[in-house]
Amino acid sequence: MKKPVIGVVVFPGSNCDHDAYHVFKHILGEDTRFLWHKERLTKGYDIIILPGGFSYGDYLRTGAIARFSPIMEDVMAFAEKGGVVMGICNGFQILTESGLLPGVLVRNQSLRFVCKDTFLKITNYDSAFTSGIREKQVLRIPVAHGDGSYFAPPDVLAEIEGNNQVVFRYSDESGNITADSNPNGSLGNIAGIINKRGNVLGMMPHPERCSDNTLGNDSGIDIFKSLIKNLM
Amino acid sequence: MKEPVVNFDLASQHGLNEEEYNKIIEILGRVPTFTELGIYSVMWSEHCSYKNSIKVLKTLPRSGGRLLVGAGEENAGLVDIGDGYAIAFKIESHNHPSAVEPYQGAATGVGGILRDIFTMGARPIACLNSLRFGTLDDARTRYLFDGVVRGIGDYGNCFGVPTVAGEVYFDECYKGNPLVNAMAVGIVKVGQTVSATAEGEGNPVMIVGSSTGRDGIHGATFASEEISEKSEAKRPSVQVGDPFTEKLLLEATLEIIKEELVVGIQDMGAAGISCSTSEMSAKGKAGMRIDLDKVPLRESDMSAYEIMLSESQERMLVIAKNGKEGRIKEIFEKWDLHCEIIGTVTNEEKLDIKHRGEMKASLAPFYLVLGGGAPVYTRETKAPAYLEEIRKFTNKDIPVPENLAETLVRVFSSHNIVSKKWVYEQYDSMVRTNTVVGPGSDAAVIRIKGTNKALALKTDCNSRYVYLNPRAGGRIAVAESARNIVCSGGVPLAITNCLNFGNPYKPEIYWQFTEAVAGMGEACRAFDTPVTGGNVSFYNESPDAAVYPTPVIGMLGLIEDLNHITTSHFKNEGDFIYILGEDNEELGGSEYVKVVLGKTAGDAPELDTGKEKQLHNATLNLIRAGLINSAHDISEGGIFTALAECCITGERLIGADATISYKTRADLSLLSETQSRIIISVSESNKEKAEELLKRSGIHYSLAGRTGGNRLSINGDLSFDTGNLRAAYYNTIGEVMAHK
Repeated sequence: MKKPVIGVVVFPGSNCDHDAYHVFKHILGEDTRFLWHKERLTKGYDIIILPGGFSYGDYLRTGAIARFSPIMEDVMAFAEKGGVVMGICNGFQILTESGLLPGVLVRNQSLRFVCKDTFLKITNYDSAFTSGIREKQVLRIPVAHGDGSYFAPPDVLAEIEGNNQVVFRYSDESGNITADSNPNGSLGNIAGIINKRGNVLGMMPHPERCSDNTLGNDSGIDIFKSLIKNLM
Repeated sequence: MKEPVVNFDLASQHGLNEEEYNKIIEILGRVPTFTELGIYSVMWSEHCSYKNSIKVLKTLPRSGGRLLVGAGEENAGLVDIGDGYAIAFKIESHNHPSAVEPYQGAATGVGGILRDIFTMGARPIACLNSLRFGTLDDARTRYLFDGVVRGIGDYGNCFGVPTVAGEVYFDECYKGNPLVNAMAVGIVKVGQTVSATAEGEGNPVMIVGSSTGRDGIHGATFASEEISEKSEAKRPSVQVGDPFTEKLLLEATLEIIKEELVVGIQDMGAAGISCSTSEMSAKGKAGMRIDLDKVPLRESDMSAYEIMLSESQERMLVIAKNGKEGRIKEIFEKWDLHCEIIGTVTNEEKLDIKHRGEMKASLAPFYLVLGGGAPVYTRETKAPAYLEEIRKFTNKDIPVPENLAETLVRVFSSHNIVSKKWVYEQYDSMVRTNTVVGPGSDAAVIRIKGTNKALALKTDCNSRYVYLNPRAGGRIAVAESARNIVCSGGVPLAITNCLNFGNPYKPEIYWQFTEAVAGMGEACRAFDTPVTGGNVSFYNESPDAAVYPTPVIGMLGLIEDLNHITTSHFKNEGDFIYILGEDNEELGGSEYVKVVLGKTAGDAPELDTGKEKQLHNATLNLIRAGLINSAHDISEGGIFTALAECCITGERLIGADATISYKTRADLSLLSETQSRIIISVSESNKEKAEELLKRSGIHYSLAGRTGGNRLSINGDLSFDTGNLRAAYYNTIGEVMAHK
C-alpha cells in the first residue's frame, strides 16, 4: 500500500503547526505537507491535522473564525467521506465549532491559562487513534490552553457516553478519574472525543509535544503510530 | 488642529532641559517646528538616547568570544553557536507601563522584545523574564503581579513562543515601581540576518503590520521620568498589544527576508516612526523622504506630530530593494497585514517629513541618534549615606533561633524562595517542542533541532546584594547566572542586561549604577561572556523611594552535547552528595535576615571570580565525563534551601541524610549565602572517578551524605518530611493568589 499523506492545516495564528509537522515528517518519516487555510484541499490526503495555536487570535471565540476558512469546507467534506481528521487543542475547538464534533470548549474553570503535564486514561481502545496502544492504560501528555473545559448539554453528553465516544479522560498517574486531575473543569474529565463514525478525533492535550525522546517523554507518539497503522 | 507655539516652556513639558533645547536650535539654526520638537524630545529621551548611561556602558566588554555583532550595533546581540547557526537575544524593561497598566504593559514588553529578535531574521524560540514586585500582603501588588503574569502569558502563548525561565522577587522597595523585564531568544542561519539600515537611493520605505493610532504617544518620554501620583494620567501612554497580529508579522517578515527582498528592517518600538526612520537613516548614512498621508491610520484626523510619535505596536519599517516592493506587498497580503510605501531613501542625510502637502519636519538624522548628535552626559557620583549604617550589621546581630527547624522552614517558605509554579504554569513553556528543561531547574534548556546541541538560558539578579554593595552585587549577578548555566551542562557564552535603577541625576543613584556596571564588567571579563546589548531603565522611583539597583543579567550558554544536559534534583536513592565550594557564613542581604529581622543589611557576599571560574570548570568536567546525576547552585536560603530543592523538585521525592559542618552556628551555616557553591550527586559507581577529578580541579569540596528515604535529615538532629517541604514549596504562592 502507498505511504499515507498527511496534511497539516496552517491557519493565521496556528502555532503548533510546525510541531505536528515535525513529528509526522521527521520522527515518523511520513509524507507530510502544510496546507494554507486559504487554499482548497486537493485529493490524495489520508490524514488532516488541525493543529494547536490561536487561530485568528482566539478573537470572538476560540475556533469560531477559523471554521469559516476556505479549506474547512473541504475538510468537512473529507471527514464526511470517512477521511481521518485530528484536531489538537485549537484544532479540537475548530472541530466543535464546525460541528464535526459535539459539545464545546469553554474557559478553564480557573479562568487562567494552564500549561502542565496531565495523565490521560484511555477509555476507548476501539478507535483508530488508540487501538494500537492496548498495552497502555495511562498516557502522560501536556496541556496548554485557556479554553479547554469540555462542555455539552446533558442529552448530548449522554449520547457521547452511550456511543463510547470519549477516548481520553484526565486522570491521576494510576488512571483514577479524580477532580484533582482535571486541569480545566471539563465535564466527566473529558480530554478527547471522537465522532460517532470514529474518523474524527479532537483532544485538548498535545501528543505532538511528547513524541520525541530527546524531550524526555514520548508517550504521545503511540497515538500517531496507532493512527498510521490503522490506515495501512 | 492648531499647533502650539514652540518655546522653551513647551520643550520643558516634553522633558527637554534648557541646554538641550538650545542645542536643538543651534543644530537647526532655527526654532524647531512642533513636530520636530516632538521628534527631538523622544529621540533625546533617556529611553532612546542612553544619554546618561552610554559612557558607562562602553566600559563593559562588548565584543570577542563568539559574538557576530557587537553591542548596540543591531536590534539584538548575535552569537555564533556553530553548525551554521547564530542566536539573537536581548532583554528589555517595560517597568513604567506595567506600573500603571500591568496587563498591557507586560504584554507589550514581550511583544517589543520579540520584534527586536525577528526583525533581524531570527525566529524566536524562547522567552524569559525577570519580575520584581512589592510584597504579596498588599492588594495592589497582587493586582500588579496577576496582571503582569497574565500579560506575559497571553502575549507569548498566542504568539507561539515558549516562556521557559524567569525569576520573581518580592520586596517593599518595588511596591510603587515594579520591574518587568522581558527577554527573547531567536535562531537564524549565519549570514541570513538583516540589518536595521536604510541604503540605496530610490529604495522604497514601507510601513508594515498594524495601522497607526494614538496609543503610546510619548511612551519613551514617560519611561524617562519618575513614577508619581500623576502617572495614572499617563495610562494613555501605555500601548495595547495584539499578539495575533505580531504572529502574522513574524511569519510575513521571515518570508520577505528569506526571499531576499529587503535592504533593512527595524521594529517600531519606542518613538515609533521617528525612531525607526532616523536610526535607519543614520546607520545607512542616508536620508528619507516620508509622506505621512500614506501611513494607514486608525483615526483619520491624526496630526503629523501624533503619527510620528505614536507607539502603536506590531509595526515595522522595511526598506525594500527597488523593484521588490510588489512581491513584499503580496506576502503581507497573504498574511492579511497592511503594507504601504510611505517614502523613499535618498542620498542626502536628511529626513523630510511631509503631511497633507506641508513639510512638517526636516532634520538631519545624525543629530537625533545615539552615537550621533544626541547628548552624552557624565553624571556626578557619590557613595550613598545609607551604606555606612547598613554595613555595621554583622552576624552577631542575628538572634540565635529558639526553634531551628521551624526557622529553616520559615525561610524556605518565603515567597522569594518557593517555586513560582503558579506563575509558570500560566505560560506555555513547551510550544515549538524544543524545551528539554522547562521552568523550575537552575536554567532552561532548549534543544536546537537538527544538531546535537542545546542552549541553556537564565535570567538572574539579587538586588539586595547590589543595594548593599553595587560592585560585588554586579559581579554576583553575572556569576550566579553563569553558575546556573554550568549546573545545566552549558558553557556561558554571552550576556544581555537590563539595568534598572533610580533617577540618574541623583549622585547616589549614579554611583550605584557605575559601581554595578563595573562589577558586571569584571565578572564578564573573567568568564569571557561579553555583553551583547540590552537596555537601561532609569527613573525607577515612586514617591516612597528608588528601587534597589537591579542589573538583571540574561545569560546564554551552549550545551555542546545533549548528553550533558543536567538538572538540579536528585535522581536516585543511595547517591553520594557533594558540596563544591566552601562556606564563609555570609548572611549580609540574605533571605534569612530579611525573613527574621525584616531588613536588608550587612555587606554582600564576597565573590572571587577566579574561584568561581575554577568551580565552573570542575563542574563542567564532571558533567562531560558523565560522572554526576544532578547539579544545583546554592543561592538564596543557603544550603538548607538548596538541599531541600534537590529532594523535592524531581518527579519523585528523594530524601537525603546530610552532614554539614557548621562554622560557628547551625542557623548561620545552613542559611549562609556564600557564593561559588554547588551541590552535586554522584552514583556509587562513579564516586572514585568523581573524587579524583575533583582533587585535580583544585577546588574545595566535601562529601555531605547520601540520598534516600523520604526525609531530609541534617546532622542527625534535624529532620524534615519531604512531602511537607514539597507542599510548602509548590502551593504557597498559589494559595496567596487564590485570595486575590
